[in-house]
Amino acid sequence: MAGLELLSDQGYRLDGRRACELRKVQARTSVFAQADGSAYLEQGNTKALAVVYGPHETRGSRSKSLHDRAVINCQYSMATFSTAERKRRPHGDRKSSEMSLHLKQTFEAAVLTELYPRSQIDIYVKILQADGGNYSACVNAATLALVDAGIPMRDYVCACTAGFVEDTPLADLCHAEESGGGTSLALALLPRSGNIALLQMDARLHQDHLDALIEAAMTACKGVSKVLDGVVRQHLEEVSVLTRD
Amino acid sequence: CRGFNWRTVHTWVNCVVCFGGTALQNLKTTVDTVLWTMLKSKTFVKKTRSGGVLKIVREHYLRDDIWCGSEVCKECKDEAPVLQEHACIESDLCSYPHYLIPDTNVLLHQIDILVDPLIRNVIILQTVLQEVRHRSAPVYKRIKDAIHEKEKHFYTFTNEHHRETFIEREQGESANDRNDRAIRVAAKWYTDHLAKKTNGGSLKVVLLTDDRANKEKAEQDGLIVYRCEEYIKSLIGNPELMDRLALQPDDQNEITGSKLLFPEHLPLSRIQSGIKNGMFLQGTFHANRDNYLEGKVFINREGEEINEVLLQGLQNLNRAVHQDVVAVELFPKERWVAPSSVVLQDDSPNDEDADEDETENNLKGVPSDSSVLKPTGRVVGVIKRNWRPFCGMLSQSMIKEATRHLFTPADRRIPRIRIETRQAANLVGQRIMVAIDGWPKNSRYPNGHFVKNLGSAGDKETETEVLLLEHDVPHQPFSQAVLSFLPQMPWSITEEDLKVRADLRHLCVCSVDPPGCTDIDDTLHCRELENGNLEVGVHIADVSHFIRPGNALDQEAASRGTTVYLCGKRIDMVPELLSSNLCSLRSNVERLAFSCIWEMNHNAEIIKAHFTKSIINSKASLTYAEAQMRIDDTTMNDDITKSLRGLNRLAKILKSRRIAKGALTLSSPEVRFHIDSETHDPIDMQSKELKETNSMVEEFMLLANISVAQKIYDEFSECALLRKHPSPPPSNYDILIKAAKSRDLNILTDSAKALADSLNNATVENFPYFNTLLRILATRCMMQAVYFCSGMDSDFHHYGLASPIYTHFTSPIRRYADIIVHRLLAVAINADSTYPDLMDKHKQTALCNNLNYRHKMAQYAQRASVAFHTQLFFKNKGIINEEGFILFVRKNAIIILIPKFGLEGAVFFDHKDRPSPRLSFDSEGPTLKVEEHTFRMFDKVKVTISLDASNIQHQRIRMALVEPVIPGVSVPVPESEPEAKKPKLDC
Repeated sequence: MAGLELLSDQGYRLDGRRACELRKVQARTSVFAQADGSAYLEQGNTKALAVVYGPHETRGSRSKSLHDRAVINCQYSMATFSTAERKRRPHGDRKSSEMSLHLKQTFEAAVLTELYPRSQIDIYVKILQADGGNYSACVNAATLALVDAGIPMRDYVCACTAGFVEDTPLADLCHAEESGGGTSLALALLPRSGNIALLQMDARLHQDHLDALIEAAMTACKGVSKVLDGVVRQHLEEVSVLTRD
Repeated sequence: CRGFNWRTVHTWVNCVVCFGGTALQNLKTTVDTVLWTMLKSKTFVKKTRSGGVLKIVREHYLRDDIWCGSEVCKECKDEAPVLQEHACIESDLCSYPHYLIPDTNVLLHQIDILVDPLIRNVIILQTVLQEVRHRSAPVYKRIKDAIHEKEKHFYTFTNEHHRETFIEREQGESANDRNDRAIRVAAKWYTDHLAKKTNGGSLKVVLLTDDRANKEKAEQDGLIVYRCEEYIKSLIGNPELMDRLALQPDDQNEITGSKLLFPEHLPLSRIQSGIKNGMFLQGTFHANRDNYLEGKVFINREGEEINEVLLQGLQNLNRAVHQDVVAVELFPKERWVAPSSVVLQDDSPNDEDADEDETENNLKGVPSDSSVLKPTGRVVGVIKRNWRPFCGMLSQSMIKEATRHLFTPADRRIPRIRIETRQAANLVGQRIMVAIDGWPKNSRYPNGHFVKNLGSAGDKETETEVLLLEHDVPHQPFSQAVLSFLPQMPWSITEEDLKVRADLRHLCVCSVDPPGCTDIDDTLHCRELENGNLEVGVHIADVSHFIRPGNALDQEAASRGTTVYLCGKRIDMVPELLSSNLCSLRSNVERLAFSCIWEMNHNAEIIKAHFTKSIINSKASLTYAEAQMRIDDTTMNDDITKSLRGLNRLAKILKSRRIAKGALTLSSPEVRFHIDSETHDPIDMQSKELKETNSMVEEFMLLANISVAQKIYDEFSECALLRKHPSPPPSNYDILIKAAKSRDLNILTDSAKALADSLNNATVENFPYFNTLLRILATRCMMQAVYFCSGMDSDFHHYGLASPIYTHFTSPIRRYADIIVHRLLAVAINADSTYPDLMDKHKQTALCNNLNYRHKMAQYAQRASVAFHTQLFFKNKGIINEEGFILFVRKNAIIILIPKFGLEGAVFFDHKDRPSPRLSFDSEGPTLKVEEHTFRMFDKVKVTISLDASNIQHQRIRMALVEPVIPGVSVPVPESEPEAKKPKLDC
């Protein structure tokens, strides 16, 4: 049985997108009332929920707090029903702690933590449905939640994956493309400055292709940032209409 | 649509979770990188390997920017439309310009017609292409090639992602019906679209389908639709196309048909469940070359006790064709038998679907010993056909006006094929190509159709073409694209080359090759250093300097894999400018080389090794004989001769050391033809002689290969291209051990060393050729050596050379593997830069698979070419008497090797037209008793050799027994002609 043809000769991918096109990104902020900030985001069939608490006093041991900036605490998890096969996912398995760590590093680069010494910001993200690009969906959702919570940031953090198939970089991989072999690179970008908050790639890739791949991922991130910006602005309009009454 | 009310968000989130994957509405988006307009989702259920059921949800985007691809259309913004405005295929049915849309089955079965240059302006729908991709890889490749060909004007329409042609599967609709509907919808869309663009003009689309229901429905939709046969018949341009129509299994014929000859094949679902629960075994079917009623299925599953199932009789073979993937059912142990040693050929002249019980009864030998019994079984179904077009000849039907004829493939493992043609009279005596269409259960032979005429049989050109085609050797002239990457002439070494390369022009380098060799890829030198040690250099043509990774020249070389040497013809891997000129290390010209230089002491121990790109100037191109003469001639004392003597001395030490480690010296009869320079007919043939200098060159090549292998493996443990030779399973040696036992000798096969030693000791007095015979047998027990990528395997051992690691470095002009090794080594010594595919172990593995395949096929082609020239030789010679030895003993024949010609042939003891003599076969010996005489392996016999041209399909060398004299079996000694004079011609 032949494997999947990830990129056809006509330049279409499995789902009909061209190489550099994103999936449909939809998002909504302030989805929960109790939390300080929250957001729900869909990137194609990948769906993520992010909730932010804080900044607040450091919980637990005092020793964790930093005197010059806030501590960011991230927790990543996947819903049992998020994949095709229902699976119990205990907290703290290797994969999700790694993901939590990556998220923490990403947001430490973006949030102006120095404004809140000796305090803590909690970011909780949950993948409700997984279809590739879990990390980027989480980052994008968490960015919106942070904006919703009113925590000052240098810029939106936008993340997107990019893969490499038949010498062509593909933006925003879906699950079939991610698992179809080949490289997948995840990139979190501060779009206005063009600074990279996090870059992660597990598979092997020849050095010659790296620039093209990063370039594709950066373009994709900029596309995502436009969507996020639109979501925030629209939310703002709605809120201002409500408060005017 | 983003205006969600946050008060309802909770329920909304839940809703998303529950109905994840339902169709979402149109979304206008601000992101300019997105051009799709609509999102659908595809949901389907998939069964996993462990038996679980998975629901898979995939997004499916629909777009408006997929163009129709026609020149006529101004609305579609296609930059380079593929389909022509005046699409003219002259046809009685369609007198207007039209585009063709074939459905999946038409594409699958009538690909031979579609790729004809006559057929142009065809729209291949994505639905069709995807179905073809799943069902047949070869057809998929051919249609893709056709699409790439500009003159064909084939256009792929991505209908599944077009907003107006995408359809969803309806409730209760099968996947096939849905695809048929998708094809009709797309055809309808094209019809309307083109009508609009041409203002109801004349340009139309024609749907081709052989499915009756589909055709009716399409007619209801108002489409122009024809059966493929109808349409092809109507073509005015080319009546010959009719012959290439694949026969369609006619439903009616099948019901009323004559009695069933074969059991029905099981449906795929039952086969799969049967394989899962162990009832059936899956494997590749290999037909027996010598016996058309027998075949084997190799089970390629790991951990299975049985890896080979024997199939006997037409019923049990059940329409399996060589190389098909089949499912077999094992018979109970009582029915297991030993493989028959009968040689049977299917040459009954009639085309009747008669039973062949008689011949089949012959097969059932008495099981003599339970240890030799092989598991037997029967084919219950075919999982995947592996049919390709076959070369062969037509046997014309006895009835003059008949249009159905039998076709006999050149490959004896392929059954005869029934084809329908009206040009039989023209095709008799010609080599033709035929493709199989199907094998109904009521037909003795498969049905097929004519593809191509190659030329008249017996013609040297045609026969060479046939054997190249049969062995899948790419032999077209190099394309312009490939040639464009050749260096510009006149070419010379530049300043830049001098800067980065070691200048070794002063060294006394020379090459030693067979006579007439124009692609010299290795040269040697040896000189004494001031410290008393010796410096030995192997300089290999630097082909990778000229062939840069990834360009058309490189791709062509990679696909060819190897140069193929046939008798009197060479199919080059790289264009001649490189192979015979710029890369060839000829004498007295400056050439680029890749040098491997060792410092050795006089005991041939390596003190230092180093690799460098270099410039050399060979001082002499010698033949093996010339080099030998120089070494032996004590009066010669020039630099070249001294260098050769030094090399020869070291080579002897190296060789003895290698043999002490357990390297095998094997033997296979090789022949050399003396070919007439004008007619190119072979005049004389003799076995190749080996001189000391052959082994001298070989020894240093081995040394270079091993050194390089170690170096590239140290540097790139994951992606070094190496060569291994697995040790054979002990059972392979059975025949060798038995054969030696018949002469009271013991062969140990526990290790390569033991085997080498016992082969050395195995001599029989007054029988000097015996040892060679044993070595020939031992060679046949060996496994194939293969290329592999070091990151994908853990066993690197080379059994035959007794080396822990090995690769090919020394012949880059004629082997692609060497080019890769050169590139790896160049990166390792910082002489060149790396590129992505070189470091990708999966791509390397794919490359290795191709190289291994090409090497195997090249070998077969070479043997076939020798066989053909042998026939030509004996055709000119008439009948010859010769001495030979029995190599194998079969149930009804003995296989004889004639050392003088390196020729192998069978003497049969049973003939159809006369009563066969009393035969009794003992598989233990193995011996064959004919009347009163018992034949054992290695017996010396005398035979007459002649060419049997009575059957022009398969001309073959016929041998008949002369001595020992057995009344009624042996033939009288023909008047022996005086030994033909040997003209001293050598080309």
